[in-house]
Order: sequence, then C-alpha cells, then structure tokens
Amino acid sequence: MPAQTLLLRNGQAAARRAIPVLPFSAFRETLSSEVSAGGRLASLFAWEEKPGRATLSAVVARGKEGVLSLFSTEVGDRYPSLTPECPQAHLFERELAEQWSVVPDGHPWLKPVRFHSSYSSRPGTRDNAVVAEPLPGRTPFFRVEGDEVHEVAVGPVHAGIIEPGHFRFQCHGEKVLHLEISLGYQHRGVERALLGGPTTRTISYMETMAGDTTVGHAAAYCGVVEALAGVTAPPSAQMWRGVALELERLANHTGDLGALAGDVGYLPTAAYGGRLRGDFLNMTAMLCGNRFSRGLLRPGGVAMRADGILTERLLEKLEAAFRDVRGAVSLLWDTPSVMARFEETGVVSGEQAESLGLVGPPARAAGLVRDVRTEFPWGPYLAQPVPIAVQSSGDVWARAAVRWTEIRRSVEFLRQVLSRPMTGSLREPMRPLAPDSVAVTLVEGWRGEICHTALTDPAGRFLRYKIVDPSFHNWMGLALALRGQEISDFPLCNKSFNLSYSGHDL
Amino acid sequence: MLRVIWERLKQGHRTIAYPKAPPALPERYRGCPVLSPEKCGADCDRCVSVCPTQAIEKKGNSLRLDLGRCLFCGDCEEACSSGAIRFGQDHRLAVRNREDLMMEGRALRLAESLDRKARRLFGRSLKLRQVSAGGCNACEADVNVLNTVVFDLGRFGIQFVASPRHADGLLITGPVPANVRLALQKTYAAVPAPKIVIAVGACAVSGGPYYDHADVLSGRSDLPPVDLFVPGCPPHPVTILDGLLRLLDRL
Repeated sequence: MPAQTLLLRNGQAAARRAIPVLPFSAFRETLSSEVSAGGRLASLFAWEEKPGRATLSAVVARGKEGVLSLFSTEVGDRYPSLTPECPQAHLFERELAEQWSVVPDGHPWLKPVRFHSSYSSRPGTRDNAVVAEPLPGRTPFFRVEGDEVHEVAVGPVHAGIIEPGHFRFQCHGEKVLHLEISLGYQHRGVERALLGGPTTRTISYMETMAGDTTVGHAAAYCGVVEALAGVTAPPSAQMWRGVALELERLANHTGDLGALAGDVGYLPTAAYGGRLRGDFLNMTAMLCGNRFSRGLLRPGGVAMRADGILTERLLEKLEAAFRDVRGAVSLLWDTPSVMARFEETGVVSGEQAESLGLVGPPARAAGLVRDVRTEFPWGPYLAQPVPIAVQSSGDVWARAAVRWTEIRRSVEFLRQVLSRPMTGSLREPMRPLAPDSVAVTLVEGWRGEICHTALTDPAGRFLRYKIVDPSFHNWMGLALALRGQEISDFPLCNKSFNLSYSGHDL
Repeated sequence: MLRVIWERLKQGHRTIAYPKAPPALPERYRGCPVLSPEKCGADCDRCVSVCPTQAIEKKGNSLRLDLGRCLFCGDCEEACSSGAIRFGQDHRLAVRNREDLMMEGRALRLAESLDRKARRLFGRSLKLRQVSAGGCNACEADVNVLNTVVFDLGRFGIQFVASPRHADGLLITGPVPANVRLALQKTYAAVPAPKIVIAVGACAVSGGPYYDHADVLSGRSDLPPVDLFVPGCPPHPVTILDGLLRLLDRL
C-alpha cells in the first residue's frame, strides 16, 4: 500500500515537516508505485540536518494531475539501491553516493559523477577526498571484449568551441556498440556553496549554472524563493519572464538547427542559423542590455523597464527574424541529402525515454507527452498556454522537427503576449524566507525540465538546495542514441541533444 | 537549387561594418562603468553590499571597482541612488595586465598591441585553440559567434583551430575547475612556442562568481600566463573582437 505523500503544485511552499518520513521499505514501494502510475522522478537528493544521518528525499512529477509528490526516508551509510527497479534513479543514486557518502548497495554501475570530495561530515567509504588527486575520467569504463573490438576515447578537450567532457566508445569497425560519457570537468561546487544561502551571489550562480539557460535556472530559483518568502511577482513581471524564456528557446533552437545543418555539411542553413540565433540574443539584450539575460530576473520580479515602444520594436524584430528562420529551416526539409542523414539516425525509443526519465525535446521526439508549460503551468503559461510539440520516431529528424514546431509556437506565444500591455509594477520587495520549509519549482527550459528544490533551516537559510538540469536526465539518452550507429554520426546525434556540461557538473 | 539561391538572396549580406564603423549596441547595453565617487553619500555602501562578487571597494572618498570581477549585472547601479556608479556604452574593455582592470579614478588602460616580433608572427594570421575550463557556455557561445557571417572573424586572419598543435595560442573561458586543470595544462603544453593566452569573461579573468571556491583555480600562478584579459559576463562579441584586434594592432 503506497504511503501518503506531500502534494505540492509547481512553485508552492509547505512546512518541511509535512514531507512524510517513511520507513525505507515504504519509501521504495511508494516510489515504485508512483513511477508505475506514470510519475517521473524529477529529483532525488540527500541532505543532513544533523551530521551523521542522511535523509533521502524524492520529488515525483505527476504530469497528468499537475502535482509534485514529495516523500523522504532516513538512511545510514548504505541502503539497497533503487535503480534496479527504477532506472530513472541511476544517476541520482550515483550523485548522492558521491555527495553524501551513502552507498546504494546493488547499484549496477556505481561510479563518481563529478569527481569531488564528499559533502558529508562523517567519514564515508566513497569519500573521494581520500584519493590524493581525484581525476575525472580515471575510472573503469564499460568495455566490450573481442579481437576486433576497439575503443575510441574523445575529450575532455574537444575540437570545437564547446565545454569539456570525456566520451568512450566501444566500436566494432565503424559501428558503435556502446558509448559511455564521463563528465565532471566543469564542476565548480555550486550546490555546496548554496548551503546556508541565499546570498547576493546566489542569483549569479543561477544565471551561470548553464549559461545558455540563464532565464530557465533564474526563473526556477526566483519561483522557489518567492514561494518561500510568500512574495508574488507582479503579473507583468511574470509575463516578461515568459518572454525572456521563450526568446532563450528561440535562440538555442534556431542555433541548433543551423548547427545540425553544419554537421551534415549543408552550409546554407548552417550560415543562416548562426546569424539568426544572434538576432534572438539581441532581442534579449533589448530587454536588459545583455544577450544572455544576465541581470534580468531577480527574486520579486524583473529588473527592467517596460514601455509600449519596447514591445512594438520587439514584435517588429520578431517577425523579421522569424521570416528568415522559416526560410532557413525549410531548406532543410526540402533537401533530400539532409533528410537522409537526419532520418533513422540516433533513435531513442519511447520505451527507453520513459524508463530513463528523459525530458524536453528528446523525450517529446520519442512520443512522450511531457512539457512543464502544459503539465505544470506557472505564471505566463497560465495566461498564454503553449501546446506540446510531439513526434514519434525518436531520431535526429524527430528532435529537429520538435524544435522547429517549438520555434513556431514560441513565436506565437510572443506575438500574443507582446500585444498585451505589460507595464506597471515589475518588482515586489523580497522578504526573508520562511523557516523549516520546502518549495519546488519546475520550469521548461529549452533543453527540458529544470527542477529546483529548496529546504530551509530554522533560520530560513538553505539547508539544501537541489538543482536538476535537464541534461542530468538526458546524457544517458545520448549514450543510448549512439548504440548501433556509425561513430561518424556522433557529432550529429550530439548536436540533436545539445546537452549542457556545466548544468550537469554544477 | 533555385530555392537555395532564392533564399540566399533573401537572407542578404549580414556582416557588420565594424571596425570601420562603430558597432551597433543595444540601448540598454552595460558597457564600461563610469565611477563618480564625488557623488557618493558619506556613509553609503549600498553598491558594495549588493555586489555578487565583491568587486567594489569603498575607502573614504574613493571608489574602486575590479572590472575583472565585475559581472556587469547592474545591481550596483540600481542600488545607487546618487549616480556614483553607472554603466556606460563603451564596449572597449580588453587590457594586457590584470592590474589594469582595477578602476579607480582614471580611464581604463586599454590593451596595447603585441611587440613587433610577435606581430610579425601573428599579425596577419592568428590561430587559436579555445579551451572551456568551467565556462557556463555563455562566453563560449559569444566567442563562437565571431565565426558567424555577422562578425566574420576570418576576414582578420583569425581562426579557431581544432588542435593545439596547429594553434598560436589559447583562448580560455571559465574559472578553471580543479577537475580540468590537467587537460588545460596539457593543451597549453601542446601549443608550440611562442604562444599567447587570452582570458575571456569574468570567470577566466578572476573566477567570476566562483572566485573563492575551493573547486576552482582561476587566478592561480601555476596556470598559463595571460596576455589579454577580456572582462564581462559574458563580454559582448564586439568586446572580444576589439580585444583581439587591439592585440594585433589592427584597429
């Protein structure tokens, strides 16, 4: 019988003691039944109120009902792993073993995630600090044995202007049998630094969590602290957050469609996409002076001025840019050599996506109907809904097609929103955070679901602040997409996901 | 094929005139800060207390801003009611020495060009290897954008190359996490001498928001020595281009 859990709406706060602390067996059973009823593990993390004993908390997103289900259990140094029956937990469990030295016994592939020392104050068996120099990548990799099997190692430093990560391919000839991705090179220690917050620096951490998702993470953070402080951002401010978030999506989707064209050697769209991405970034700079929305979102609202001239000029730029994006992208669909490379490349099935808990365009491209804007709408999306874009083939083409549909729908959203008055108060003064409380926010960033969970201590400071970037869920999806592909398809598959290293490594 | 040509005509010529003409910057762009300490209230330190990176120091009547730490977030300008700190429109921010980013009562000493010998080597052809060392992908994106038709970096003879062996130097972004140190050092060692290093963004210059984290190494003396510092979070692409052109005496 699954236990009673704490049910929260997106961006709602509650007393921390309202999260039921279940015996481990009930915790495990509840997680299983939630997931088999269609729930998705949005977050799983540990925290220590008093040094020595870790509490494990799960946030399950029930998409159909639009509620978040929270429940906890207390664990000692070890507990039986949840991953064998709930594969969505695989990376979360590796993470909490590394962060809090809690060993999930029976985890099928227990390795470090980011290669850092433990947060826990008690000596743990998996405390990396005991290693003289924890080196990312220095770890056993899954190996395929055989005379004609060879291994290809790529990274951490790559050939382009991109973030570092290590990719280990097991190949037979050109064919990839398995890809294992080892990250952690970008680890800056954000979650550890957030303990005891918020401080004046917290919003800067959020804005640089994954730099191309500045609005996504900043919106999730603002939502959490506003819920905890009992502050409601003015409706116009919420709409501007939506505008900034959709501009961020437009810039990245457009840039990525251009880059996909580049990866199959189709230069016209590659050249136009790079330029058009910048046009959307420049529209963002019209709001706040910065192409990446730095300094725009602040707890309590937005730090910008709004007037009729701004919205008028934004609409003008939007139409001009969209006209060119439409032209550039439609060349892709009309070019057989492009379609031949996109179709049936890097397939992730709906079943795989479901069991791994993929989010964002890769999940929707595999037929999963999940989008925070529809399932857990907040602020701007309550006023102006955005329909979900779904495909079923799960290949590079489907991921590209989902992005193109999302471009059109974001443009439609902006047309609607920008034609309404959005002036008036844009910011409320912030108040201290409620003590001993919890709040969770979900935001659909351009890569997918961003989940922020904050727990406060008796003084209203962060006892734990857990960040889940969509990339955290989706890197394993990329690894699966490569199975059975030619190794030369890697850049194309990689770009069709375009995941964040810094958002994963924190 | 005709559609491709038609689309090409529609998309038009998009390369900006810069550096021949001044760059078009957004109206609300936050460029080089302008400090007017004489406007400061006697006991006011609001700018100091809101700064996320402790970039501002106030001693008596003087105001000191470490542009290398500054995230250009504008929180100080907003907190300051007297206009003692405001962000101007000047995009030129690149300097040769870290100390030159300490703003205190004088204009920024912008980057001088490389010496004659280095200019002879790199002036007409500079190949760079980019290393993201903990960068959040914003600096990376606005370095990458220099390769688009808008900025057309190739017209200045500057190119990003895939191998450090083919490079004349490194362009580093990010606060250099301890986890990427070895990769950065190996990449630097693989660049044949003489070589230059360019640090782009607050993180690469000073650590940015991560300046005091145990997990990052930015600013440590055992990292490759930097020849050009480009502050900002992230710097506008024109700011980065300005720095590169200054270094090569191409402005």
